[in-house]
Amino acid sequence: MTNQITDTEAGTSLWKDSWLRMRKNRIAVASIIVFSITCFFCFIVAWFCKDPNQVNLANKFSGPSSEHWIGTDALGRDLFSRILYGGQVSILVGLIATTVSVTIGIIYGALAGFFGGKIDSIMMRVVDTLFSIPFLMIVIVLQAVLSEWSRETSVWIVSNLNWDKGFTDRITNVLPLFFALGLLGWLTLARIVRAQVMSLKEREFVEAATSLGLTKLTVLFRHIIPNTLGPTVVYATLSVPGFIMYEATLSYLGLGVESPNSSWGILIKEGANYLETNSQLLIFPGIIFSITLFALNFLGDGLRDALDVRASKD
Amino acid sequence: MSLLEVNNLKTYFHTRNGIVRAVDGVSFSVDKGKTIGIVGESGSGKSVSCYSLLGLLPMPPAKIEDGEAIFDRSTDLLSCGEKVLRTIRGKKIGMIFQDPMTSLNPYMRIADQIIEPLCLHMKMDKEKALKEAIHALDEVGIPEPDNRINMYPHEFSGGMRQRVMIAMALITNPEILIADEPTTALDVTIQKQILDLIQTRQKELGTAVIFITHDLAVISEICEEVNIMYAGRIVEKTDTKSLFRTPKHAYTRSLLKSIPANQVKGEKLYTIPGLPPDTSQIIRGCAFRERNQIGDQNECLTNSRPEFKEIEPGHWVQNCPGCLS
Amino acid sequence: MPFLEIKNIKKHFQKKKGGLFSNSFDTVKAVDGVSIQIEKGEILGLVGESGCGKSTLSKTIMQLIPPTEGEVILENDSLTTLNAEKVRKRRLDFQMIFQDPYASLNPRMTVWSTLKEAIITRHGKLNHKELENKVAILMERVGLDQKFMRKYPHEFSGGQRQRIAIARALAPEPKLIIADEPVSALDVSIQSQILNLLKDLVDELELTMLFISHDLSVVRYIADRIAVMYFGKIVETGEAESLMDNPKHEYTKQLLDSIPRISIH
Repeated sequence: MTNQITDTEAGTSLWKDSWLRMRKNRIAVASIIVFSITCFFCFIVAWFCKDPNQVNLANKFSGPSSEHWIGTDALGRDLFSRILYGGQVSILVGLIATTVSVTIGIIYGALAGFFGGKIDSIMMRVVDTLFSIPFLMIVIVLQAVLSEWSRETSVWIVSNLNWDKGFTDRITNVLPLFFALGLLGWLTLARIVRAQVMSLKEREFVEAATSLGLTKLTVLFRHIIPNTLGPTVVYATLSVPGFIMYEATLSYLGLGVESPNSSWGILIKEGANYLETNSQLLIFPGIIFSITLFALNFLGDGLRDALDVRASKD
Repeated sequence: MSLLEVNNLKTYFHTRNGIVRAVDGVSFSVDKGKTIGIVGESGSGKSVSCYSLLGLLPMPPAKIEDGEAIFDRSTDLLSCGEKVLRTIRGKKIGMIFQDPMTSLNPYMRIADQIIEPLCLHMKMDKEKALKEAIHALDEVGIPEPDNRINMYPHEFSGGMRQRVMIAMALITNPEILIADEPTTALDVTIQKQILDLIQTRQKELGTAVIFITHDLAVISEICEEVNIMYAGRIVEKTDTKSLFRTPKHAYTRSLLKSIPANQVKGEKLYTIPGLPPDTSQIIRGCAFRERNQIGDQNECLTNSRPEFKEIEPGHWVQNCPGCLS
Repeated sequence: MPFLEIKNIKKHFQKKKGGLFSNSFDTVKAVDGVSIQIEKGEILGLVGESGCGKSTLSKTIMQLIPPTEGEVILENDSLTTLNAEKVRKRRLDFQMIFQDPYASLNPRMTVWSTLKEAIITRHGKLNHKELENKVAILMERVGLDQKFMRKYPHEFSGGQRQRIAIARALAPEPKLIIADEPVSALDVSIQSQILNLLKDLVDELELTMLFISHDLSVVRYIADRIAVMYFGKIVETGEAESLMDNPKHEYTKQLLDSIPRISIH
């Protein structure tokens, strides 16, 4: 028996509701725009700029000119393109480290919260232990360990996939940092997700899903985890600037990204050396760095307000 | 003139989806020592009406668009300002709420919560207030009040907590007690105890009671006068006996008919089809027209709002020919 | 052979008492020896107040929590002794309608997704057109306009959400339905709509139902037989009308006395 299915009305999901709410938050919307513009410049406009590593000692510390829009640094390198290329590294650090930590955090926290009992105890004790170790120390150690691996990977890629060596090196050099940060940044999120899963699994729609005869893992991934995404999205958005800061701190200490790669952290470090004489070397990277962090933080705040209020509408 | 006279109260909520006319022209009065009931389903505006009287609604999004509520022949609760309201709230008009779990502060001992109104409104010192509080707990039937007064809310059962709430609300000997669905969340045997308690204390203190509920049977047992609300308006108002003996408005009649206790087993339950109207849309004419199956739907007013008329002495109804037929 | 037999079910919870290192427990006997039998096509009403154990009992029957003792036998299969895998397969035969219509629906899934999932577990993968058909038929059966298929739970009223929950319970084509206070959270005018719907469905689909409620007048109307529960035990069972007219146990009498009645005199 076939029924004529008439036109169905579209529904408004809770996500859409939140998005509509966020659209009204002007600061959040401005932040999205600002961040998008920054990314546009760093990733797309950068290709058309000069080589940030092109040293030209004859032209060091020059002021703004038609050739070098913001001038040059201590080694005559174009400051504008150094800022853009530096942005690539900093933003990618934030995004990749966040992605890695969110993925691990969600899965780990969800499994711990869902299974509970001894499994949960053991898993959370591991988290507690990792938490107690100074973060930066572990990152530094992990970095060292992973850079061996990254060098080998680079060699392998160049010989087997025939990529350009300079390009490949640039990528594999920063990977250890990304992964080191990501592998450790998941701890707080795991706790957040675990707490949510523990309360969600008592909810009746979860009992209903179990009553359908779905396997435990299906119930967890299809029903429980999508309902934990609210706080997760907020936390993830706020993690990005956090990781960018970490990278800057490490680079400032000389432990982060290595040259020839640059990042905003390195630029700030280099600029700090010339604070009294050529302050533009510190100010410009500093401004861009701060604006990006502000934008991401306001965006995170806006998301939290938009998602928080009616996450469970009644 | 009565103890409280509410005239043409209009409370609208200005939300992002439009203006919700939660209370759309409600008038009722409460005499000293009497019990009146306000009956309605969810969305009828029964709770919002009473919250408006005590300034308990967040403004925005709520706004009192019109009306007056003259208390004690002298003060208009809707326009007297927060300072005056604070001297009335908790002292002259008390309120108890539906959910005993959430209406007591879980972080404070019962003692601290009960003596609060005494210290605040009657300017008692703590020792005297504590004695009064223990006495109050005893009067609402809490065993071992001098021990239990130092406990926290979570150590009491739901019924006990509601007793504590009643004690708190009556401790300043208010002239009116507003009870917002006080027994809805309670078991039927506890409900009976609480209803009996309210009636007893009311008689002892001479308090007037405004009882808000959706349960017509409860109204029948304890109220002297009833107001039936639908879609933000009062559709019928009369004394309890007349309401149940000779209900006039189609909504009242439909409600009475759909109560399972009144139905014969095995036959289909009488239902009121459809849903209550969306109060964010302007309702032209009779609000009940679309669901009116017991009267004559075709006779229901479509253009003008039915007038609230006294069609028999003491019996007021929304004068819509379709709903009265 | 009764369709559903509950044999001496006990569910005890251990509450740890004392300090951090103590080993003593308080035992909370939520369900303390309940035996019930329901015939095929029958509606049994289970009445009790909060704390009497009826929710724990329903979760035990639904195999959501394991009993401390006792058996649940559905059509000759002892659910409590079957292994987990077999129980999982059998689950489609018994479904539950919960009290809170909002909490029982996944707020991030549309009506379509919720019903589709339930249908697929019974029928396996179907093509899109067939699925749409089945979902539409189900929605109309419970009185929902199928044009709302793609909407989310928060876009419906309480009564409508309960209809969705009923549709979800019916989708796997079960034989037994446990309705745990299905109308308690609804307005009076909507209650009667849902009660009529449930009664119709039981008749039409030849379902067996355990109807749990604290509201005696509702249970009197819909149930064939009534069991009264108090402190984890069944204190009285009997045919609905005669139990209400002639209660035998003290507690049943007390319960009936407490119900407020509309008196016209």
